[in-house]
Amino acid sequence: MLRFIVRRLLQVVPTLFVLSVLLFAWLRLLPGGPAAALLGDKATPEKIAELNRVLGLDQPIPLQYLRYLGRSLTGDFGNSLISGDPVISEIGRALPATLELSVAALLLAVVLGIPLGYVAARYRGRPLDTTTVIGTLVGVAVPVFFLGFLLKQWFAVDLGWFPPSGRQSVSIDATKVTGLAVLDGLLTREFDASWDALVHLVLPAIALATIPLAVITRITRASVLDVLGSDFVRTANSKGLAPGTVRSRHVLRNALLPVSTTIGLQTGLLLGGAVLTEKVFVWGGLGTLIADGITRRDYPRLQAIVLLGAAVYVLVNLLVDLSYALIDPRVRLR
Amino acid sequence: MTTPLLEVEDLGVAFTRKGEPDSVAVDGVSFDVQPGEVVGLVGESGCGKSVTSLAIMRLLPERGVRVSGSARMEGTDLLTLSDSAMREKRGRDLSMVFQDPLSSLNPVIEIGLQVTEVLKRHRGMKSDAARREAAELLERVGIPDPRRRLDSYPHQMSGGMRQRVMIAIALACRPRLLIADEPTTALDVTIQAQILELLKELVADSGTALVMITHDLGVVAGLCDRVNVLYGGRIVERAERHRLFAKPRHPYTYGLLGSIPRLDAPPGEDLNAIRGSVNDNLPWASACAFAPRCPRALEKCTEITPAPELVGGRFLRCHNPVPAEA
Ligand SMILES: Nc1ncnc2c1ncn2[C@@H]1O[C@H](COP(=O)(O)OP(=O)(O)OP(=O)(O)O)[C@@H](O)[C@H]1O
Ligand SMILES: [Mg+2]
Repeated sequence: MLRFIVRRLLQVVPTLFVLSVLLFAWLRLLPGGPAAALLGDKATPEKIAELNRVLGLDQPIPLQYLRYLGRSLTGDFGNSLISGDPVISEIGRALPATLELSVAALLLAVVLGIPLGYVAARYRGRPLDTTTVIGTLVGVAVPVFFLGFLLKQWFAVDLGWFPPSGRQSVSIDATKVTGLAVLDGLLTREFDASWDALVHLVLPAIALATIPLAVITRITRASVLDVLGSDFVRTANSKGLAPGTVRSRHVLRNALLPVSTTIGLQTGLLLGGAVLTEKVFVWGGLGTLIADGITRRDYPRLQAIVLLGAAVYVLVNLLVDLSYALIDPRVRLR
Repeated sequence: MTTPLLEVEDLGVAFTRKGEPDSVAVDGVSFDVQPGEVVGLVGESGCGKSVTSLAIMRLLPERGVRVSGSARMEGTDLLTLSDSAMREKRGRDLSMVFQDPLSSLNPVIEIGLQVTEVLKRHRGMKSDAARREAAELLERVGIPDPRRRLDSYPHQMSGGMRQRVMIAIALACRPRLLIADEPTTALDVTIQAQILELLKELVADSGTALVMITHDLGVVAGLCDRVNVLYGGRIVERAERHRLFAKPRHPYTYGLLGSIPRLDAPPGEDLNAIRGSVNDNLPWASACAFAPRCPRALEKCTEITPAPELVGGRFLRCHNPVPAEA
């Protein structure tokens, strides 16, 4: 078990290395560069060349990469070209916002998706099931950006039920502990701050949760149907067990196996959705950093954030594998 | 004759699908089982053996299936019983061992819980007592080191061992009826013999009646008191075992008996196998379903459905049976 974890963590290293090479090359092959973006209207070929020299971008790309790699290994991921701050501290400031949004969205997707998928499977072919299946199809197909915009227009602008943007009202003077606004409010017993943050969280979390919710619902439904038709569920029924026992002990445990894999994969995709959602709701997390970073070709910032995202993805899927082994005794961690 | 333990009457099972004609899997099947008796249900693949037993256990899928007729156990019709009353009986009064021991146990739960859950459900046992009883049950079905095995998972056991576990579970509450659906088909030959021996012993000891489902007349020979031969969803012949083996009357039974491989047969000699295989759509309507494959078929066999007859204590459904003196 421990050896498995260590081995998997070691696998992260080559993964991140390959990714960093690809990312490095890809960013530099994009048309336009940071110098042009930074200088904007004032850009002249001379000024651009000058700035490129200052930034070290006139060197051959392999050399640039080696330098970058050397510095990264000492924990220095460079400074943002936009703000001039170390990208590490930029990320540190923005991470809690994205974390809060992603966790809320994922929680929503899991807590609603599994029961919904289960119930749909149980009442297969009935209106409830049909509605769910159609709903999940729509859910997967609607672009996050569009959905976020609609939610904002209806529930924030037209109805005024929720704030249209931001993480917390300016009037609230909240104490910062973890940076996760809802949690901080609970920790410091500033419940009004917690509530205010929660209200801000609702619409973005729904927008971001929609796709994972739809996918988790579908997978759960399919998986439960599969297990319901299996021989061992028939055996359980042949013992005369109470329906509740059959469901919780025999159906659900087996049905959750494929679902846990899906949850891991969806977590990885969440970062992409977060960029768009944060844009719509002016959320100010990593997504915002990425969006600005792309338009202004902020290489160091983009590199650091994408690598962080990849590391998180690998870790989450490690957790999924561990939970899998916990549910299924046939899985041996080696 | 005493009152039968199980009385299946005119059992019919049809699978229905929207936009398609119903497909009849079992049609007008009637047989009975006396207390403690071992009854065989024999026929080739697809003739409706599993469907018959699942219908009696009420374990067929709820949707897309139409069941008719009755299956009275000790006077109560199982087919019209409420779901909850049926759950009370299942596992306690009647139980079942399935065809495939590899998939019939839950892969993610320890053997112990899979045995004890039925003891807790029907015999009201508490955890400790149930565990002790489970170990004894495993011991009785010949599983070595039963205490340790309680903590094993199915994948850690061989197919034969798993089938022993299934038998332990099925007999845990001392049911009066056990239905065994080809319990040895998925196992290799030496294990098959052991499992059959075990079943035979256990039901004899406990006085449990056994419905033994098989496609293998060899299995029937060592085990059953009476034998029902099923073809295309209907019973075509039923007789006491010795009589059936000594004098098969239905050409299908005759062929089945002829196709049992014999060790003393000279090498290279053709097995007298039945030609063809069971028809998909069971054409019993105004014909005998076996007629296209029957060496004794007459013209009327393709025109008139043979009516069931009782001939000298033997049930027969044939226009032109093998002569009794042949
Ligand atoms: N769920 C189902 N839906 C539709 N048709 C079915 C279903 N289950 C069984 N059948 C059909 O019913 C018929 C009888 O099947 P059954 O499983 O009882 O055969 P069997 O005698 O047990 O054969 P085997 O020896 O292969 O187990 C077959 O033609 C099969 O295709
Ligand atoms: Mg079968």
